[in-house]
Amino acid sequence: MAVWKFASCDGCQLTLLDCEDELLAVADAVDIANFREASSAVVDGPYDLSLVEGSITTPGDAVRIREVRAQSRTLVTIGACATAGGIQALRNFGNVEEFQRVVYARPDFIATLATSTAIRDHVAVDFELRGCPISKVQLLEVVSAFLTKRAPNVPTESVCVECKRRGNVCVVVARGTPCLGPVTQTGCGAICPAYHRGCYGCFGPMDSPNTDSLIANLGHLGMPPEEIRRGFRTYNAGAPSFRAAGDSIAGEETGK
Amino acid sequence: MSERTIAVDYLARVEGEGSLHVKLREGRVDHVELRIFEPPRFFEAFLRGRMYSEAPDITARICGICPVAYQMSSVHAMEQAYGISVGGSLRALRRLLYCGEWIESHALHVYLLHAPDFLGYPDAIHLAKDDPETVKRGLALKKAGNALMQLLGGREIHPINVRVGGFYRTPSLEELESLRPVLESALEIAVETVHFAAGLPFPEAEEEYEFVALQHPDEYAMNEGEVVSSRGLRIPASRFDEAFTRAPVGYTSALQSVRKEGTPYLVGPLARYALNGRHLSPRARSVAREVGLEPVVRNPFRSILVRGVELVYACEEALRIIAAYQPPDAPWVEPTGKFHGGVGAAATEAPRGLLYHRYRLAPDGKIETADIVAPTAQNQRRIEEDVRHVVERSLALDDARLTDLCERAIRNHDPCISCATHFLRLEVERT
Repeated sequence: MAVWKFASCDGCQLTLLDCEDELLAVADAVDIANFREASSAVVDGPYDLSLVEGSITTPGDAVRIREVRAQSRTLVTIGACATAGGIQALRNFGNVEEFQRVVYARPDFIATLATSTAIRDHVAVDFELRGCPISKVQLLEVVSAFLTKRAPNVPTESVCVECKRRGNVCVVVARGTPCLGPVTQTGCGAICPAYHRGCYGCFGPMDSPNTDSLIANLGHLGMPPEEIRRGFRTYNAGAPSFRAAGDSIAGEETGK
Repeated sequence: MSERTIAVDYLARVEGEGSLHVKLREGRVDHVELRIFEPPRFFEAFLRGRMYSEAPDITARICGICPVAYQMSSVHAMEQAYGISVGGSLRALRRLLYCGEWIESHALHVYLLHAPDFLGYPDAIHLAKDDPETVKRGLALKKAGNALMQLLGGREIHPINVRVGGFYRTPSLEELESLRPVLESALEIAVETVHFAAGLPFPEAEEEYEFVALQHPDEYAMNEGEVVSSRGLRIPASRFDEAFTRAPVGYTSALQSVRKEGTPYLVGPLARYALNGRHLSPRARSVAREVGLEPVVRNPFRSILVRGVELVYACEEALRIIAAYQPPDAPWVEPTGKFHGGVGAAATEAPRGLLYHRYRLAPDGKIETADIVAPTAQNQRRIEEDVRHVVERSLALDDARLTDLCERAIRNHDPCISCATHFLRLEVERT
C-alpha cells in the first residue's frame, strides 16, 4: 500500500495514524510500502493499493498523479480535497492571480494552476472516500474490503438517515437551525446535529440530492440567499451538484 | 574547487511536503535552503468576504494535525474585534480541548515520528516489530488526547463544536468525569515517556536561540498572554506585527517570519519550556528534575524530552480542569451592541508553537483581510541555522550519514509544512 499527498491539510492521512487500536493490525495485514508522513523507508512500486489525499493545483502535480496512477493497481481517493477539490477549490470561482497577490508579496515565485480539481478529473479512480476529514471507520472498511476483494460497504444516503438512527432531535424542526443534512452524504456520524448545530456539508453531496427543495426550505427558515450560497461554497464547493446549487443563487463570490 | 551537495528530495516523518538543499564549498557551508514545495492553497484570499463566524471551521482546514490551534487563534481574534470576553467554564473548556490537541500531537511526534530517529528505525511500525510495548504506549497516549478532542470537539480532526463566543454544546459533568480514568492512565504513560526519552542517545548540539512564546502571569500559556522573548521582547499578542515581519523567499512557497531586525527566532516546546517553565504543574516539574532536564534546553535533539514534560503537564492540567468543572449557564457568549467593524488579532500556542491570526472585519461581520502566521513559518529560518550548524560539526561524515543527521535536525522541531505554506526535499551540494 502507498499513501500519496497532493494539495491538502494532511488530516486524511493522519486518520490512518489515528486508528490507534487498529494501526499495528493494519500494518500486519498490509505492507505499508510508501507513506512519507509516517516512514522514511520507501519501497518502489508498483503498488496494489494507493490512497490519494489532496487535490491537483499545480502543473507538476497534474503530471505526478498520472505517474501515481500508472504504478497503482487500485487507486482510492481519500477526502474532500481528492474527491471534490477541497476548500482550495474556492479559487475556481475567483481570480487566482488576485489570490496570489493577496497571499504572496512575490507571486512570481509560485507555480500554481487556476483551478483546484478532483483526482477523478485527471485519472481513473477506483473508489472515492468522502469527508473533510474522512471517517476512520470508513477508511478501515475500504482497506478491509480491498484485502478480502469485495466492494466497500460505504452508504450513500443522507446525513438525515444517520441522524434519525442516532436518535438526535432534528435541529431544523426543533430549533429552526439551517442544516445541509438532507443533501449531504452520511459517514460522519451526524455529529453536528448531535452537538446542536446544523450540518455544514463536509462529506459532500449524497447520491441525487434535492438541492432546489433544500434551498427553498432554508429560505423559509429565514436564511439569506447569500448565506445559503456560501453554505454550498465550502469544503466540497467543486462537487458538481453543490457547485450547481451555489450557482443557482445570485450573489458575490468571496475572495475579492 | 571542491563542491559537495547534500539533498533530501522529500522529507519523511514531517507533516507536508518539503525538501532540504545544503551546498558546501571548500569544506564550508555555503547555503542551506529548507524548500517548501507544498502547493499554496490561498486561505488568506478566499477568507475575504466570508463571515467572521466561518473562520474557525475554514482555517482549521489549513492543518489536519493542529486544527484546534487554528480554531482557537481565530475565535480569540474575532472576539477581540467584537469586544467579547469569554471566561469561567467556557475558558476552561477551551484550555481542556487544547490539552487534547497537545497530547495527541506530541504523542504522535514523540512516538511515531521522532523516536525512530534515535533508535535507528525508519518508522514506528518497524520499531513495533522489535518493541511493541513502546509503540503501544505511544498509541494509548495519543488515543487519550483524541478522546478529549472527540468529546469536546465532536471529532479528532476538524472538530465541529468550536464557535466564536464558546461552543455549540458544552459537556455535562458526567461526560467529562467519564474521561478521568483514561487521563489518569495517560498521565502515568506521559511520566514513563519522559523516562523513556531520557534514555535515548542525543547528538551534541548547543544552539543560541531567541525563544518566543506567549506568557501568562498565572499559567503555562495556551490561549492567552503577552508575546515575550528570551531577549527581552514583551508585547501584547495583538501587536505581533510591530516586532515580526514576513518575507517570501524564492525557493519556498511559505513566507518566513523573522524579527523586524531580520534575525531568526524559535517558537514551540523549547521556547515555552524556557520562558514559562515556572508555571508547569508539580508533577511535570518533578519529572523534569528526576531526568536532569536543564531549565533551558538548547540542544534541539532533546526537544523530545521537553515534549514529554509538556505531555505530563497537559494530562495533569486536563485532570485539574475536569475536577474543577462547573457546567456554564450558556454554551456561548453572544456579541452585544452594534458592531462597527474593526480589527481583531490574537495568538495561541499550537503544539508546534505560536500561531498568530489577524482579521479586519466590515461592519456586517464580513472578513475584509486575513493574515495568518503559522509556527513553522516562524521556525523555518531558525531550522536552517540548526542544519547549518549540524553540517559544520559533522563534515567528516559521508553523504548518507550527513543527510540523515540533517533530516533529524529538521524533525527536532516537528515542522508542519501544510501549515507553513501557508515546508521539505534534502539536497546537500558539496563543492
